[in-house]
Amino acid sequence: MDIVCNFPAVSILLCLFGGIISSGLKQMAARIINAVLILTVIVLSATTFVYTLATGSSFVYVMGRFPAPWGNEIRAGMLETFMATFFGIIMLLSLLGGEKKLHDEVEEDKIFLYYVLNDLLLSSLLALVYTNDLFTAYVFIEINTIAACGLIMIRQNGRTIEAAVRYMIMSLLGSGMILLSICLLYDITGHLLMSNIKETIVSISHYDTYYIPLAVAIALICVGLAIKSALYPFHAWLPDAYGYSTVSSAAILSSLVSKGYIFLLIKIFYRVIGIEIIRDSKIINILFIFGLAGMIFGSLSAMKEGDIRRMIAFSSVAQIGYIYMGFGLGTQVGMIASIFHILTHAATKSLLFISAIGLTEVSGGSRHFNEATGSGYRNKIAGIGFTVGSLSMVGLPAFAGFISKILFAQAALKNSHKMLPVLIVLGISTILNAIYFLKTVIRIYTPVETSLYKPLTIKKQKLYSFVIAMFIMINFFLGLMSTRVIDWITMGLEMFS
Amino acid sequence: MGPNLLANYGEAVSMILFCIGFANLLLQKNLIKKIIGLNIMDSGTYLFLAEKGYIEGRVAPIIVDGVQDVSAYINPIPSGLVLTGIVVSVSVTALMLSLTVRLYRRYHTLNLDEISMRLKKEGL
Repeated sequence: MDIVCNFPAVSILLCLFGGIISSGLKQMAARIINAVLILTVIVLSATTFVYTLATGSSFVYVMGRFPAPWGNEIRAGMLETFMATFFGIIMLLSLLGGEKKLHDEVEEDKIFLYYVLNDLLLSSLLALVYTNDLFTAYVFIEINTIAACGLIMIRQNGRTIEAAVRYMIMSLLGSGMILLSICLLYDITGHLLMSNIKETIVSISHYDTYYIPLAVAIALICVGLAIKSALYPFHAWLPDAYGYSTVSSAAILSSLVSKGYIFLLIKIFYRVIGIEIIRDSKIINILFIFGLAGMIFGSLSAMKEGDIRRMIAFSSVAQIGYIYMGFGLGTQVGMIASIFHILTHAATKSLLFISAIGLTEVSGGSRHFNEATGSGYRNKIAGIGFTVGSLSMVGLPAFAGFISKILFAQAALKNSHKMLPVLIVLGISTILNAIYFLKTVIRIYTPVETSLYKPLTIKKQKLYSFVIAMFIMINFFLGLMSTRVIDWITMGLEMFS
Repeated sequence: MGPNLLANYGEAVSMILFCIGFANLLLQKNLIKKIIGLNIMDSGTYLFLAEKGYIEGRVAPIIVDGVQDVSAYINPIPSGLVLTGIVVSVSVTALMLSLTVRLYRRYHTLNLDEISMRLKKEGL
């Protein structure tokens, strides 16, 4: 076995231990450890990605000494390693971009805890991406939830604590359902490893006896993960949680935490239940309908919002709707579109959150829409970032959002039953997106004659400008190099089965 | 259905418990009652696992008196899963309770809707 095969396990363990060690350290040390950890994870995952790309196959890493049906396993293919690298990059950029705000909003003696939580969050995300064992996935789902709750409430005011409580309640409902579903699957198949469960399910799916328990298990796990990833109508906690927490948390929560659960759901579709059985079950139609509803109602709520951060948060509801709509199409192309949209949304939404904070900073700290007039001139780099993010969300060519929209439309054309609703809703949703995002862009570029607030130049905020520039580059990379990324996703999906 | 339900009454009870807990966690306004609901829900799941993992007349797989026959023992994994699950639910409960304490200190009420109303009035 090559040494590269150890990397996924090593990166999970490094983050776990990094979190434990940081909890006893001072703020500066914890911060450095966190940055070094994320960089290491990026390098290790990228190496593994190149390795899987070169060998053209996935590999299984046995944790401990027990072989397949009994022991615990990690599995890494192209899609997993690519996602891990991508998650690492987005997390690092989000943390760097929100660093200044973190010091303003969080008490000094609690900042080290923020880095501890981030280490734990990264380790649980990596574990969700890599694990081949359903119960391990459940345990790390809970770790992820606890870490995310900490990220929301690290900024102490009434709003964030209330948002954290609401987040926890919805998440716990979701994880209860996931746990029950895992118990049912274990009961039916007698295995916990994904590949073994799939073998058994394929062999028993011909018998009528197991039809109802299997359907219940699929429904429970889909709904559970949908609640956790804030699919409409389970999004009540989302605007407060994203809108009032410190900005790095908002960026990380919207672009990574919910995506981790969605990625797990994709893995369950392909590696646990088998995509054919999922297609035959009616559950994807339910996901499809809620996805469509989310696309419209998320955008409508965003239009009504007068607070920029909450507007971006509601836009997340719409984008999660897109992803589930792609699942609902039930085709390979739809799934590829959804995975591409996971990348697009992660890159764009964190850019929007980070640049919105730059705009509010030069508007006297007010997040209200009217106060932001002309802020694009006062903080140029944030204005550019927000514009790029908005255009990408609306779906202009050359931006990442365009590619995912065109992929969704192409996928819809291949499914004759669902083509019409998808195309109509896609059109409406694009118009709604354009209304509320371009409204904001026009507002921030409306000149004001006498400004009360001082402008911020790029020189005064070098790190921030660098982060925004990196985000814009990722966006253009996804938009312009999309064929390569889509090839990787396709190959990764083939490695799943 | 009838005889099956009677034979598997343990599982039926566990599902009823799960539903009671789920409804409480979702619908109760009082935070403490929500947390009680959470615990009932989790216990329902653990009861289900324990019921599924036990076969009447068999014992835990610890070899005594040299009996090595598979049919004498039960599968130990469900019990292991229950233990892991309990650890998880204890930590989650502790987190929820600490959040509740914080909210109570700030607003002197446990009613989540009332807290939301006051937050809106504060206009933060």
